Amino acid sequence: MREFISGNEAVARGAYEAGCRVACAYPGTPSSEILENIAKYKDKIYCEWSTNEKVAMEVTSGAVFAGARSLVAMKHVGLNVAADPLFSMAYIGATGGFVIVSADDPGMHSSQNEQDNRNYARAAKIAMLEPSDSEEARLLTKLGFDISEQFDTPVLLRLTTRISHSYGIVNTEKREEHPPKTYNKDIKKRLILPAHARVRHIFVEERLEKLREYSNGFFLNKIEWGDKDVGIITSGISYQYVKEVFPEASVLKLSLTWPLPDKLIREFANNVKEVIVVEENDPFLESEIRAMGIKVVGKEKVPLTGELDPYILKRAFGFSEEIHSTRSIPSRPPVLCAGCSHRGVFYCISKLKLTATGDIGCYTLGALPPLNALDTCVCMGASIGNSFGLELALGDEIRDRLVAVIGDSTFFHSGITGLIDIVYNRGTSTVIILDNFTTAMTGHQEHPGTGKTLMGEGTRKIALEDIARACGVENVYVVDPYNLKETEEVIKREVKRREPSVIIARRPCALRVKPEPPLRVIPEKCTGCKLCLRLGCPAISMKDDKAVIDKYLCNGCGMCKQVCLKDAIVNE
Amino acid sequence: MTKIVICGVGGQGIILASDILSLAAMEAGYDVKKSEVHGMAQRGGSVISNCIFGKKVYSPLIGFGEGDILLAFEKLEALRGLPYLKKDGTMIVNDYEWPPLTVASGDVVYPENTIETLKDKVKKLVSVDGVKIAMDLGNIRTTNVVLLGVLARFLPFKRESWLSVIERRVPGKTLEINKTAFLSGFPSEV
Ligand code: SF4
Ligand code: SF4
Repeated sequence: MREFISGNEAVARGAYEAGCRVACAYPGTPSSEILENIAKYKDKIYCEWSTNEKVAMEVTSGAVFAGARSLVAMKHVGLNVAADPLFSMAYIGATGGFVIVSADDPGMHSSQNEQDNRNYARAAKIAMLEPSDSEEARLLTKLGFDISEQFDTPVLLRLTTRISHSYGIVNTEKREEHPPKTYNKDIKKRLILPAHARVRHIFVEERLEKLREYSNGFFLNKIEWGDKDVGIITSGISYQYVKEVFPEASVLKLSLTWPLPDKLIREFANNVKEVIVVEENDPFLESEIRAMGIKVVGKEKVPLTGELDPYILKRAFGFSEEIHSTRSIPSRPPVLCAGCSHRGVFYCISKLKLTATGDIGCYTLGALPPLNALDTCVCMGASIGNSFGLELALGDEIRDRLVAVIGDSTFFHSGITGLIDIVYNRGTSTVIILDNFTTAMTGHQEHPGTGKTLMGEGTRKIALEDIARACGVENVYVVDPYNLKETEEVIKREVKRREPSVIIARRPCALRVKPEPPLRVIPEKCTGCKLCLRLGCPAISMKDDKAVIDKYLCNGCGMCKQVCLKDAIVNE
Repeated sequence: MTKIVICGVGGQGIILASDILSLAAMEAGYDVKKSEVHGMAQRGGSVISNCIFGKKVYSPLIGFGEGDILLAFEKLEALRGLPYLKKDGTMIVNDYEWPPLTVASGDVVYPENTIETLKDKVKKLVSVDGVKIAMDLGNIRTTNVVLLGVLARFLPFKRESWLSVIERRVPGKTLEINKTAFLSGFPSEV
């Protein structure tokens, strides 16, 4: 059947068709929709939101031990979290087909860095596949399971934002069934003590050579002969830009990009006058091809940072046309939604002039003006350790005006260990957990605190306050962030306390509940003081020196009403 | 190959509009690709979606100077999206101002006379008061489909195939009003 689907949906489809039985992930843009789509096949594939990427990798690894075809998906930085089991699994191999999906984010549309995870395939010495559109995403996911079983290796399926979130036409096929084989205890393979691992390492190196031979003959590593003056070597989304910008050129399109097909690359290079390598971010192909002694043009022309597109590629090679220019115009950064429960906490932090270490989620937006409430954002869970480190370095200078701010899902992901560290090592930090009952930023996924699984089953709700207490924190308080007075008082009190405390600011994400009726400004009462604008609510703006509330955007949270000193904001 | 850029503000229904557009192109027998960005950008930030159709489509992304048509849901975003339009391309702009937070807080000013500025630069400019049309129909949320109707005037797909895609993609209770919204942008006499 012909369907118009995204790259992420195509990966889900490919996994289904390949007879995948277990799939795990922690949501992260641009990878989140892979598991959301796999959940459509939940009668055939067990799927879960795992607490974090490392756990996701370990659960799928267990299923792979038993011979079940399994898939784990994450965004590029998620693979850092899961890197430990990844490198072990590279030695252990795959009894059942094991596909590891990494969705990289060139251009950093929704990420803190632009790391190129092709480097992981090389470092871990496993096979890597790179699709260039939705149809290939489906096909290569399927082939990934076959390659994995044939060579006893995990396979890294490397996507980028433009593969994950672009749509194209695919031809779907029927599902094949691959029932798990019988489980056999095999400690030489799966219990990698040094003595066993030394033997496995030799296997890994031999496997890489066999894979290289396979890569040389792989039907989707293919040469499209054209004009032989220039030959372009490329992979993934860059292939599409190359076809558009250099329609006449000869192209070597690589789909199995680790290990690289050395013979095929030499054959191609020997038949063209000049070799150009077009790839986003790191010179991954380029440095490998150069190391083979082949002269290429690469990153001296093609940008190293940011995403590519046809225009950028044209400009890199000096043949772009004149374009419309625009003068500098006001930027429109993303904002916390009207009625977002995080706003109350950030308003208080900002008012109390606290130093706040931040974390990853919608709430990172609290760093933007006018709230300016966060000082740092490093990686998932870092807020808690970062805050403790500041306290250690600066002591009393900062202790009384320091908080860590972390979301509920992020806290489950990797905040708990940081909290235990503070209690264990006698810290006094204050941790605010923004509990909005969802993983909002990535599209509102369930997590261990929501009482529901990815497959839609009810489950035990894990309470944040129970965890905090179990970690040894004695001062645990729950506040309603819509109540600014209460929130401010509790934060003020707890930052001063010379013991660790946890404040849970609890309110569902504004996008998940029915809005209250909008509020209204009485123009006669409004003095135009702009105090309400400090909330940074997108529904409030100034018109003719008076505040106005957009009734279509306002969600009736009532925070602005509490901020206004002139009682100018009222319920309709 | 026809390349269409749709831009506006996160929350204006751009993704649904480009979905319908892509499916209509597929229905008409073309190869189609569509690209958009999720995540951070959807929280009220600038949003851009690309749809390309033709005999064979490679890049899902439209670079500067490549768009045949640019459909802007908001005037400031029309200015921002302008570089994507070909020198002789057509722009359809929703005559609607949504000041970003930086403007609302008074830090910067919203550019004046946007429509005139655009008229000077763009070869063919169509300006529509999509919000007013949608409000007159009784649902501001159909603005996206009104604008899609205007876009449809410039595309080679039949009115019936647009409507059948809308029937598939739009949820039951708002279907009728969305069809009316589409037809108000793409009336039969055009
Ligand atoms: S999606 Fe939810 S958590 Fe994210 S900004 Fe909007 S209201 Fe806040
Ligand atoms: S009540 Fe005030 S702060 Fe809340 S959403 Fe409406 S305008 Fe914004």
